[in-house]
Amino acid sequence: METLETATRFAAALLLAPLLPGIVNRVKALFAGRKGRPTLQLYYDLAKLARKVPVYSRTTTWVFKAGPAAGLAAAVCALGVLPFGGRPGPLAFEGDFLFIIGLLAFSRFMTVLAALDTGSAFEGMGASREAQFAVFSEPAFFLSLAALSRVTGEFSLAGMFLSLTPDSWRAAAPVLALVTAALFIVMLAENCRVPADDPDTHLELTMIHEVMALDHGGPELAYILYGASLKLWLFAALIAAAVLPRHSGSWLYDGAFFLAAMGGIAAAVGIAESAMARLRMLKVPYMLMGGLIFAALALLFQTGR
Amino acid sequence: MAVVLIVLPLLSGAAAFLLRDDAARRRLLLWTAWLHFLLTAGRILAYGRWGWAYSVAEGFRETPFWLPGAWEWFSFDAPGLLFLGVTSLLFLGAAHYAAAYLAEEKRDPGEKGENGFIFNNAPEAVFTGCLLLFLSAMTAVAAARHLGLLWAAVEATTLLSAPLIYFHRHKRSLEATWKYLLICSVGIALALMGNLFMGAAGLRGGAGLHLDGLLAGAAGLDSQLLKAAFIFLFVGYGTKMGLAPFHTWLPDAHSEAPAVVSALLSGALLNCAFLGVLRAAQVCGAAGLADFSGGILVLFGLASLVTAALFMLGQRDYKRMLAYSSIEHMGILAIGAGMGGRALYGALLGAVGHSLTKAGLFFVSGLVLAAYRTKQIKDVKGLLRRSPAVAALWLAGFLLITGTPPSGIFLAKFVILKEAVAGGRWAVAGVYLFFLAVVFAAMAKIFIETTFGEPAQEPERGFEPPRAMVRPALVFFVLVAALGLCVPSWLDAVLNLAAGAIGGAR
Amino acid sequence: MNTFAELTIVLIILLNMAMSVSGSLASCIRLAAAQGVAAGLLPLMAAGGAHGRAVAFAAFIIALKGLVFPWLMLRARELTGARKEIDPLIGYPASITLCLAAFAASAWLGSRLPLPQSGVAYIIPASLATIFTGFLLITTRVKAITQVVGYLVVENGVYIFGLALFVEQPLMVELAILLDVFVAVFVMGIAIFHISREFDHIDTDALSQLSDWRRGEEG
Repeated sequence: METLETATRFAAALLLAPLLPGIVNRVKALFAGRKGRPTLQLYYDLAKLARKVPVYSRTTTWVFKAGPAAGLAAAVCALGVLPFGGRPGPLAFEGDFLFIIGLLAFSRFMTVLAALDTGSAFEGMGASREAQFAVFSEPAFFLSLAALSRVTGEFSLAGMFLSLTPDSWRAAAPVLALVTAALFIVMLAENCRVPADDPDTHLELTMIHEVMALDHGGPELAYILYGASLKLWLFAALIAAAVLPRHSGSWLYDGAFFLAAMGGIAAAVGIAESAMARLRMLKVPYMLMGGLIFAALALLFQTGR
Repeated sequence: MAVVLIVLPLLSGAAAFLLRDDAARRRLLLWTAWLHFLLTAGRILAYGRWGWAYSVAEGFRETPFWLPGAWEWFSFDAPGLLFLGVTSLLFLGAAHYAAAYLAEEKRDPGEKGENGFIFNNAPEAVFTGCLLLFLSAMTAVAAARHLGLLWAAVEATTLLSAPLIYFHRHKRSLEATWKYLLICSVGIALALMGNLFMGAAGLRGGAGLHLDGLLAGAAGLDSQLLKAAFIFLFVGYGTKMGLAPFHTWLPDAHSEAPAVVSALLSGALLNCAFLGVLRAAQVCGAAGLADFSGGILVLFGLASLVTAALFMLGQRDYKRMLAYSSIEHMGILAIGAGMGGRALYGALLGAVGHSLTKAGLFFVSGLVLAAYRTKQIKDVKGLLRRSPAVAALWLAGFLLITGTPPSGIFLAKFVILKEAVAGGRWAVAGVYLFFLAVVFAAMAKIFIETTFGEPAQEPERGFEPPRAMVRPALVFFVLVAALGLCVPSWLDAVLNLAAGAIGGAR
Repeated sequence: MNTFAELTIVLIILLNMAMSVSGSLASCIRLAAAQGVAAGLLPLMAAGGAHGRAVAFAAFIIALKGLVFPWLMLRARELTGARKEIDPLIGYPASITLCLAAFAASAWLGSRLPLPQSGVAYIIPASLATIFTGFLLITTRVKAITQVVGYLVVENGVYIFGLALFVEQPLMVELAILLDVFVAVFVMGIAIFHISREFDHIDTDALSQLSDWRRGEEG
C-alpha cells in the first residue's frame, strides 16, 4: 500500500508537471486580454515532437545527443527525492537536498556541453550566459536550502518540509520569508521566466536558455521541454512546502492542498511575468545577487538565533 | 542662573535676526557679551572665592526650591563653570573684535578679497545672530547635566557655527563648511551611540543618563559597556575636539573662517568638545576605569601632538599653522586629562591658557590678513616694518603659545611633564618633549620669517590696525602672561575643584 | 508581536542593501525615508502595549523621517538639478558585498557584546549594519545629497540601536536630538544649494582645494 501510494505520487508529479507552464500561459493571456494557448498545449507539443525524427548536424558528436537525455534523467531523479504534499519521495534519503543541487548542476553542465558541441556562436553565447548566471543562482539555491535545514534541524528535504509547521512561521518568520523570496527569484531565473529571460523570445541575441535548444529537434526537444517543466515543478514544490506548511492526516487532503498551492505558484509566476518587463541582460546578475543576498541573510539570521 | 545664561544670548540672537539697523545690532552683540560675561564672572567669583552654595561631598548643585531633590537639566559644577568662564571671556573679546570687523567689512567688502577672490559676504544679521546663538549653545554645553542634553548642545554648536564659517561666500569656505558639517555631525552621531551604550551600562542599576545619577551609581555600571561607551563618546567628541586621526576638518574650517570665528572655534568650541570627553572620563573614573580611559586619552593625545608637529613643518598657510597648533594643544590637554591627578590640573590650566592665547593669535592673524591680503607665509614678510604694533602682538602670541615663560601655557605644559616624569612614564615624557621642540622650531621659523623677513618689494605704506581689533588680543596676552606669574586664588580653587571632580577616585 | 518586529528588521536590512546598490538619487532618498518609517514603527511593535506618549512620539518621528526629510532632500535635488545617476567610487557589487559582510560582522559583534537581551532577534546587528551602510554612503558616494542621506541612515541606525537597548530618554532629550537632526538636514540642504550654485554641480570630489598634501598655489 505504501509503495503504491509513493508510486502514485511520483507518477502524478511526472504527469502533472507540463500543466504548470500551461497555467502560467493562461494567466499571462488573461492579463493581456488574449485568448491564449490551450492549457494543455505542452502535452500536445510533446506528443507531436515525440513522433518526429531528429536531424543532426554533421559537426555534432554523441555529446550533443546525450545532453537532453541527461538533463531529463537528472530532472526525473530530482523529482524522485522531492516530497509531494508533505510525503517523502521514493528516493528520499538523509542529505538529499545536496543531491538535488548536484543534479541541477549536472543537468546544466550537460546542457552547456551539448550547446558547445554544436560549435555555433549563438549557442556558445547562450552557454556562457547560462554559466554566468549559475554563478549567482546556485549559491543562492544552496544557501536557501541550508537556511531551511538550519530552521528545521533536518538534512533531508522530506524531513525539512515535514517539520515545517505554521508554528515555524511564527517562530522564524523572517528566515522563511527571506528563503521564499530567494527561492522565487532562483525559480524565475532557473526556469528562464520573465525578469531574467523570456521563454517566448525569438531573437537569438537576447536568449539565454532557449538559444541552447535551437539545434535540437524531435524527441530531444521534447526531452528538453519536459525537463524544463519538471524543473519548474521542482522549484514550485519547494516554495509550496516552505510557504504553506500544512499537514493533516489524510494524504488525499494533503495532496489536493499541495496541488492547489502549485497552481497558485504558477499563477504567481504568470502575474510576475505580466507585471514586469524583462530586465536588461546586464541587470540580471543584480537580480540574482538579490536572491543570493536574501538567502545569505536568511542563513545569517538563522545561525544567530 | 544657568538657564538665564543660556536664554540671554538666545533671545538676543533672535533679536539680532530681526534688527534692521547694523549699528544697533553691533551694540546688541556687545551688550549681550558684557552682560553674559559679568553674570558669569560673578558666578565664578562667588563659587571660587566663597564656595557659594557648594558642598564638597556631592559637588555643586542648584536645585530649584520648588523641586526639592530633583535633578536639574542645567546647572554648573566646577568643570562646567571653568569652561563657561573661558567661553564667556573669549566671547567678550570676540564681540569687540567682531563689531569692529563687521564695520570694516561693511566699509569695503570687496577690497578684502584675498588671492583674487571677491567676497560676497553673508548678511550681517545672520552672522551676528548665529554668533549669539552659538554662545547660547556653548553655555548649554557647559551647563548640561544630562548626557543626552550635552550631546544635543554639542551638535547645536556644530550647526550654529557652520553659517559662521561660510561668512565669506566663496568656494573654499564652502568646502570647509561642508567638511566641518559632515565630519562633525557624523562624529557626533557616534557620540550618540556612546550615550546609548552608557545608558545600557547603567540599565541594571537604573542610573539613567543624568550625570549625577551616573556618578552616584558608578559602581554599579557594567564595565564592558562603559568601556564601549567611552570609546564611542571619545571618538565622537574627539572628532569635534580635533584629536589626531579625526582632525581633518579642523585646519580647513579654521583657516577659511573669518578670524573672529576661527578664534571662537579654536578657543571656545574645542573646549566644549573637550568638556564632553571629560564628562565621559569623569564617569569612567568614578566607575574605577580611569586606567582604561586615561590610556586612550594619552594615546590619542600623543598622536595629535605628533600629527600636528609633522604637519606644521613646511606649512605654507599661517592660519592653517595656527589650526595645527590648536590640534597640538588639544593633544596636550588629552595627555594631561589622561594622566589625571595634578596633570589634570595642568590640562585645565592649559585649556584656559590655550583658549585665550589662540584666540588672540587668530585675532592678530586677521590683522595680518588685512595687511597683506594673503594667507601664504611666503608672501608675508617684514611685518615689523609694515606694522610694528601687529608684529609685536604676533611675536608675543608666538612666545606665549609655545609656552615660553612667563606664560600660563608654560605652567600647564610643565605641570603635565612633571607629572609624566613623576609617574615614571618616560616614553610619554620623551615623545612629548621632543615633539614640543619640533613644534617650537616649526613655529619659530614661520613667525620669524613673517616678522623679520625681507619683503620682495617695499610696502607702499604702513598698516594701521583699528584699535578695537588690537585691544582684545592685547588683553588676552596680558592675562595669559599674568597667569604664568601667579594663578589667583579663586581660579586656583576652581581649577582644583574641577580637577578633583573629574579625576574622581584618582 | 515579535514576528512583525522581526520582519521589520529584515525590511530594514534589505533597505540597507537596496540603498547600497541604488543608482538613482531619488530612489536612494525614498529608500532612506522608508527605512526611517520602518524604524519609527519598530517601538510600537516591540513594546507591545503602545501607550500614548510612545504613539505620539512614533508618529512624530515617522512624519519627520518619512515626509519632511525626503521632501527637503527631493527639493534640494530639484533645485540643484542633480538628476544624473549617483556615481559611486566603488562598484555596486563591491558595495553590496561590503554591506553583507558588515551585517555578518555585526551579527558576530552583536552576539559578543554583553548587551541586555531584547526580545527582537537581530535588532542590534541590524542597527550596526545600518550605521555601517550610512558610512558607506557617506564615504563612497560623490554627490553631496547622498552624503546627507548617509548621515540620515547613520541616524536611523543609532535610533534603532537605542530602541534595542531600551534606553529610555526623557522626552525633552529626545526632542532635542530630533531637533538637532532636523536642523542638521536643513543646514546641509542649504549648504548643498550653495555648493550647486558655486560649482554648478554637487559632486563633492570638487571640494578638494583645502589640503596639506596638494602643492597648489592656493595652499
